[in-house]
Amino acid sequence: MRAERRSGTLLAAPYAVFLLVFAAYPIAFALVLVFMQWDLVTAPSFAGLDNVRLLANDGRFWRAVANTFVFLSIHLPLQIATALALALALNRRLVLRGFWRAAFFLPVVISGAVVAILWSNLYATDVGLINNVLIRLGLGPIPWLTDPLTAMPAIAVMVTWKNVGFYVIIYLAGLQYIPRSCQEAIELEGASAWQRFRFLTLPMLLPQTILVITLSTINGFQLFIEPYVMTGGGPLRRTYSIVLYLYTNAFSYQKMGYAATIGVALAMIIGGVVLIQRRLIGKAEAL
Amino acid sequence: MKTLRRVGLYAALGIAALTFIYPFIWMASSTFKPVAEVGSLALIPADPTLDNYRTMWARAPFGRALLNSTFVATTITLSVLLFGSMTAYAMARLEFRGRPWLNTATVGVLLVPGQLTLIPLYTLIVQLGLIDTYAALILPYLFNATAILMLRQFFLQIPQSLIDAARMDGMSELRILFTIFWPLSKPVLSIVAIFTFMGSWNEVLWPLLVVREQQLMTLPQLLTVFALGGGAGSVGVSLAAAMVLVVPVVVAYMFLQRNFIESMAGAGIKG
Repeated sequence: MRAERRSGTLLAAPYAVFLLVFAAYPIAFALVLVFMQWDLVTAPSFAGLDNVRLLANDGRFWRAVANTFVFLSIHLPLQIATALALALALNRRLVLRGFWRAAFFLPVVISGAVVAILWSNLYATDVGLINNVLIRLGLGPIPWLTDPLTAMPAIAVMVTWKNVGFYVIIYLAGLQYIPRSCQEAIELEGASAWQRFRFLTLPMLLPQTILVITLSTINGFQLFIEPYVMTGGGPLRRTYSIVLYLYTNAFSYQKMGYAATIGVALAMIIGGVVLIQRRLIGKAEAL
Repeated sequence: MKTLRRVGLYAALGIAALTFIYPFIWMASSTFKPVAEVGSLALIPADPTLDNYRTMWARAPFGRALLNSTFVATTITLSVLLFGSMTAYAMARLEFRGRPWLNTATVGVLLVPGQLTLIPLYTLIVQLGLIDTYAALILPYLFNATAILMLRQFFLQIPQSLIDAARMDGMSELRILFTIFWPLSKPVLSIVAIFTFMGSWNEVLWPLLVVREQQLMTLPQLLTVFALGGGAGSVGVSLAAAMVLVVPVVVAYMFLQRNFIESMAGAGIKG
């Protein structure tokens, strides 16, 4: 028993130290930095509530928050619809089922930096693949990434494309749990395909849909490499993301206190939005 | 009617699959096209060339970045597997003081978004004088809470009688872990290995903060800097650079598809 205790402590100790240094300390220090001003060159100085006040009145920060909501308003419905449609299609007896699944999952394993560079070229106004097709159809060209109206939607579509395979897997797992007997019963009642989907499949997949909403919301608030590579936050700051603003404050302006404040605010916003979403879904379910 | 619907289903699936695969094929083919041809839809270049690769290789240290990325991702993966399973073994099978605390802290860590700790971690690395070192890229990733929870969950299911018998034979806890638990845990170890390696291989925000020296940059970072800095100069060249990052992943994915999907989907849901 004593020997077990000793080996337990020994084996767990490195991790405990790691948690203290790389998790507990940064979390605590983030909260300290909120009240500090620090350029990493001179000594940090106490700034009271300056950072918080600055943040509350910082048009650029709130622009980035608003941009994120624009992103989510397109990304969430699109992500749910595409993932659900593909999962339903894959949930049948199919030839090459593994191949289809692997094809949809491919962009998930590719680095976001690569996807961003690839899609900047697909979206390019003159030589881009998408406009090339649109011009042939007599519909283009559309300046996807340089028009303030289309830039964020274009990024939202790209992110949906990159992540859909991941959410397809979640929905496919959920579909396994719909009992065969329920499907047979509703078919015997003479329900149409739409009714089966609306009153059986969709409600049964609610836990998966909640998971998809939560994960893609968190993901959306962490948007960084896409605008960084594709637009630099433009045009007219319409694709500026919160993390891009945080990075710029830390890396370009050397404002550690303010960057940490943005980080804390971002964590609070993510937590708040996810909680509100869950409440709303809970209420909708109760109706 | 039924066959018609099946044909429709396959046609729709085919088009969907094409939208996921075609961009990558177009990307690969563009890297072999001269500048004049890049805008064309044709997949087979009329006048194939290796110039894009030569230019990319000459203008930035992509060979070095490939080594850096491989070294960093491998070191992190080995550490997460070795030290992570030692921790998980202790948390699952050994009684010691502070164990409940460690369990709670591990779950808690998963709830904190990375952006909250990004700046304090960055200032820590600056103060330790670790900017522009491999240590800066590796240290914060030596342990992974998701991996520890997954391993712990798996280790909890292994029968106690195996441990008791091994202890009777005088085996140390480390030997029990590596000679009895590890062979039984291959599925979960491979899941952890894949998502850890891929996470590190694709990470770009952290390297952008802590590395400025080109010789130390990881692939996605050098690619980003190269494409943004205008070093590429043309579409073909920046896509050729992207290929260095993509090809190893796609090759591994083709062989280990099932494991990749299981691993990355599983980690995302737990994380």
